[in-house]
Amino acid sequence: MNPHTRWISVVTACGAALLLGGATPLAAQEAHVGNLTGHAAAGKPLYTRYCAGCHGDEGDALGENAQWIDPKPRDFTAGVFKCRSTASGSMPTDQDLYNSVTRGFVTTNMPPWVALTPQNRVDLVAYVKTFSPRWRNAKSAAPLTIPPEPAPNIQGILHGRELFQHLECWKCHGPAGHGDGPSAHDLTDSKDNPTRPYNFQTGTRFMCGETNQDLYRIFMTGLDGSPMPSFADQLQPAEAWDLVHFLRTLQPLQTREAAIWREWVATHGRELKPIGPEGGGR
Amino acid sequence: MVPRFVKAAAPVAMMMCAAMKPSHIPAAVTSYEAHYASARLIPAFARKYGLRCSACHTIWPELNAFGQRFKDNGYQLGNDRDSPIWQSNSYWPISMRTTPQFHMENTTHQPIDPSPSEATITQTGFDLSGVDFLLLGTLHKNITFGLVPTLDADGTTGLEAAFVRFDNLGSSPWANLKVGKFELDNLLSEKRFTWLSNNGGFLYAYHYQPAGSVDNYTFGLGDNQIGAEFSGHSINSYTRYSVALLATDDGEAGLTSGKGVDAMMTLSQAFAVGSGLGPQRVGVFGYLGQRPTAFETIGGNPIPGTGSAFESFVRVGATAQLWFGNLELLPLVSHASDNAALGGSTQKPAWNTALLEAHYVAHPRLLLQTRYEMLRMSTQADPATPKTFGDADAMVFGVRYYPFMHSRAGMALHGEFAMTKTTGMAPLSGDGSGVDALDPATKVWSRSLLLAFDFAF
Repeated sequence: MNPHTRWISVVTACGAALLLGGATPLAAQEAHVGNLTGHAAAGKPLYTRYCAGCHGDEGDALGENAQWIDPKPRDFTAGVFKCRSTASGSMPTDQDLYNSVTRGFVTTNMPPWVALTPQNRVDLVAYVKTFSPRWRNAKSAAPLTIPPEPAPNIQGILHGRELFQHLECWKCHGPAGHGDGPSAHDLTDSKDNPTRPYNFQTGTRFMCGETNQDLYRIFMTGLDGSPMPSFADQLQPAEAWDLVHFLRTLQPLQTREAAIWREWVATHGRELKPIGPEGGGR
Repeated sequence: MVPRFVKAAAPVAMMMCAAMKPSHIPAAVTSYEAHYASARLIPAFARKYGLRCSACHTIWPELNAFGQRFKDNGYQLGNDRDSPIWQSNSYWPISMRTTPQFHMENTTHQPIDPSPSEATITQTGFDLSGVDFLLLGTLHKNITFGLVPTLDADGTTGLEAAFVRFDNLGSSPWANLKVGKFELDNLLSEKRFTWLSNNGGFLYAYHYQPAGSVDNYTFGLGDNQIGAEFSGHSINSYTRYSVALLATDDGEAGLTSGKGVDAMMTLSQAFAVGSGLGPQRVGVFGYLGQRPTAFETIGGNPIPGTGSAFESFVRVGATAQLWFGNLELLPLVSHASDNAALGGSTQKPAWNTALLEAHYVAHPRLLLQTRYEMLRMSTQADPATPKTFGDADAMVFGVRYYPFMHSRAGMALHGEFAMTKTTGMAPLSGDGSGVDALDPATKVWSRSLLLAFDFAF
């Protein structure tokens, strides 16, 4: 190689390195959870190992297993996420994504990845954020503030039941929360894939958590990309807690709400109006 | 000196070996091949859950932290899809694994006819392993089963594992009960080994027994055992324990031994330190066993199940799984001792082992690996036996390349070179004539070269 050719090679190589290093979001993308900083470059091989089979190498939900999975895996290129602590339409926080990776989604094929080290998980979050331009363009949103939970009581539970009727939750989730409302069979997600509403009778955990706070957050932020809207504009915090306490009575769990409800129904059950098209909630 | 094949040919040991005989390891000429473990990877799980092999395996068949948690949880991921009722009727929880191969075995100082003569024996050619049929899964939410029939290349069948496990008793991951025949909870698992050759596919730490051991004393930490195991783990399986009560017959069915009970305990703790492929784990194990030294007899032959005058043996050790980026280090140290009656002489034989295995996971589809293990006798059963008799050094190098990685099947192109140096004793691989050298001070070298297609579906 003569000196002239060598110089051209060196300059070309440096230029390519600068171009790739500067233009690829992979190199710069980070995620921050607690005192951990995740790096997309470190997350990429982990993504290939753990995630790409379903979510696809390009994050487009076209992994080789996607065709067999119901519900379909998340399309990261769309930048739309169900489980968020932020307002509907906004991007989730890094902590939200980290929680999703850690917890998994109980009603889907997505397992909890809690066995991975926290550093591995936050690296994965950083890499997932490279797939959609929304991460660069969208404004960061503040997480929802959840007010302290009041103690459940029968008045609140009954009020929650009225809200369940009034907000027409029953149209999808069914009058008894069985996921069999009149609209249940026609629901599709934002990619036109059929989707089913949550069945409170069989589920002990929710897609986005299992605590009362998680349930509060679900209907105050909505599940973007699914038919489940946000009720943040329609519910005051106290009303939202009433709805949480009522929804807990629909689950097969030994909760305080369920105990209060059973005791009240034993003596006042006949006062209840049915939930549904003709119902009044009480 | 006791020729190893004579010991292995004892009636009880013969029965045990037939039951333990592995399937995917090349057939060797002596029953010591029984020490090899059959490795596990289970594409049926990948098909069930739609995950790539690499989700559960560092590089299959070795489990990573996610796979360990999956196994600890009774082959359940913890979502709504664990119970078989969620599976398509066409789903069948079975995988098969086999390994067509070319291998060469070369062993020095092998006694041959006419006696006394020795020669270096080389055995080479294309060969077949047997087939492992891996049926594992859930019968119901939190009820797990395992069934591993094996078919050896010579047509011999076996049942390597058969168990049922009740998971998350009282909704707690700390309480799980497994009953049947199963692998011991070894952190460094031979069942998920990435080694396949005659001289590399087992650990001396798990299978060595000193010269002179009585005929009906057979034991291997790497052998599947029959009994009950109570185990538990934290939510992420970083903290794990197990306690097992086991029959005294080294995994042989049929109540062949007697009324004694062995006990095994393990405890390990992982730490989320560093940025490696997994957490850093350290663990300890202990096995307290016993074997009968007397039997009722008929016609001079022992009557199975009538063993008495039990004498004890002990295995204790510590191990770790350490990650430095993509480099995994697996050290293990152990101490073993047998009662003098089991050793067949006047002293309690005792020995120590230490090993270091290193894996460099260049990519989920490429593994470079090596291991060095040494075994040193500290006390011989017979004071007249040279102290170094039975000492062993084993080295192995290997590479595994996986041409594809998805959730339906797996294949690895496997290359491995292993060599062992034993003092006086025939190598545990059983290569050569399988008989100890004529001079107890002789250094016997045994080498294996293996090129294989290791696949499972």
